[in-house]
Amino acid sequence: MIYLKLFLSFFQVGLFSIGGGYAALPLIQNQVVEINGWLTMKEFSDLITIAEMTPGPIAINSASFVGNRIGGIAGSLAATFGCVLPSFIIVLTLAYLYQRYRKLTVVQGVLEGLRPAVVALIASAGLSILTLALWGEKGISDIGSINLIAVALVALSLFVLRKWRPNPIFVILGTGAAGILIYLNI
Amino acid sequence: MKKDLKFYRTLFISTFSLSAFTFGGGYVIVPLMRKKFVEKLKWIDEEEMINLIAISQSSPGAIAVNTSILVGYKLAGIPGALISTLGTVLPPLIILTAISFVYNQFKDNAVVNAALKGMQAGIAAVIIDVVYDLAAGIIKKKRAVSAIIMLGAFIAAFWLDINVAFIILASGAIGAAMVIYRERKRRRV
Repeated sequence: MIYLKLFLSFFQVGLFSIGGGYAALPLIQNQVVEINGWLTMKEFSDLITIAEMTPGPIAINSASFVGNRIGGIAGSLAATFGCVLPSFIIVLTLAYLYQRYRKLTVVQGVLEGLRPAVVALIASAGLSILTLALWGEKGISDIGSINLIAVALVALSLFVLRKWRPNPIFVILGTGAAGILIYLNI
Repeated sequence: MKKDLKFYRTLFISTFSLSAFTFGGGYVIVPLMRKKFVEKLKWIDEEEMINLIAISQSSPGAIAVNTSILVGYKLAGIPGALISTLGTVLPPLIILTAISFVYNQFKDNAVVNAALKGMQAGIAAVIIDVVYDLAAGIIKKKRAVSAIIMLGAFIAAFWLDINVAFIILASGAIGAAMVIYRERKRRRV
């Protein structure tokens, strides 16, 4: 039953992505690319690109996109509902508990343990996308097959991001324009 | 404040338009929500709003969705939470479902492919940039356990392909154990 599968997969994404935004990335990749094979790594990277350029949280964007590709509009609804439901239950419960136990050290400890893990998970997802950008879909076969244009684009983007701190959307759009100019002419 | 049809309509339109026109995720939409509900509509006071944002940041899920659930709930209980969530989720749901229909047709287009290939590099750089700032923040605290969790979680996720949910649960448990241990040691001294 594909709708139930979509619902449960994105329920897990919603349940375990703590810290918002990029924190959902590794979970979505895990569910959508690795466990269920609904998207290839390239399609996943396209999805992240699209999600960055459209309004709304990455997790909801991914749920709607993947849901529709796998199960049509009903799939889209099932995945999105699955993604939001854990928030709904947990946030309301937490709002209640927070008022009563906000000083509890165990809660502080759990959060302290989660923070570095979340960073590591985002790094891992980022490295998968970097590998894809530099070596393409077949992964690292040998260092020599690296795409030097992509290396230059990544380095230039990083430089711009660190130096001027622009809105990331402009950097992504800029590399898109560069991609059209370069890849279409070689 | 009367919880009539007009109230729910304003709540829905507010969350819907905030969600539809906010690019860049939670860190952008949350300050805008504050502006709308605290400054413009005056439905929630400043301190309350900060509490709601703190709760939504420490809960799983998208911060924009979490905050709108809390705002809706605060204003009108479960019906309010449902309306504001619907308002927040509908724009991305509609937009991405629509794009998903078109994606099949345009993913074989040469121009689109060249642009997407270029943008892979941009996305990779954006994520590296974010990770650099986050990791520097963790390392600056000079806690060995945090650094070990970070390294361990990275190896587990990237090379060992361990399910992300397990990694999250394990590091939360380690964090809790660490705090309990520290507390016991402190009490004994």
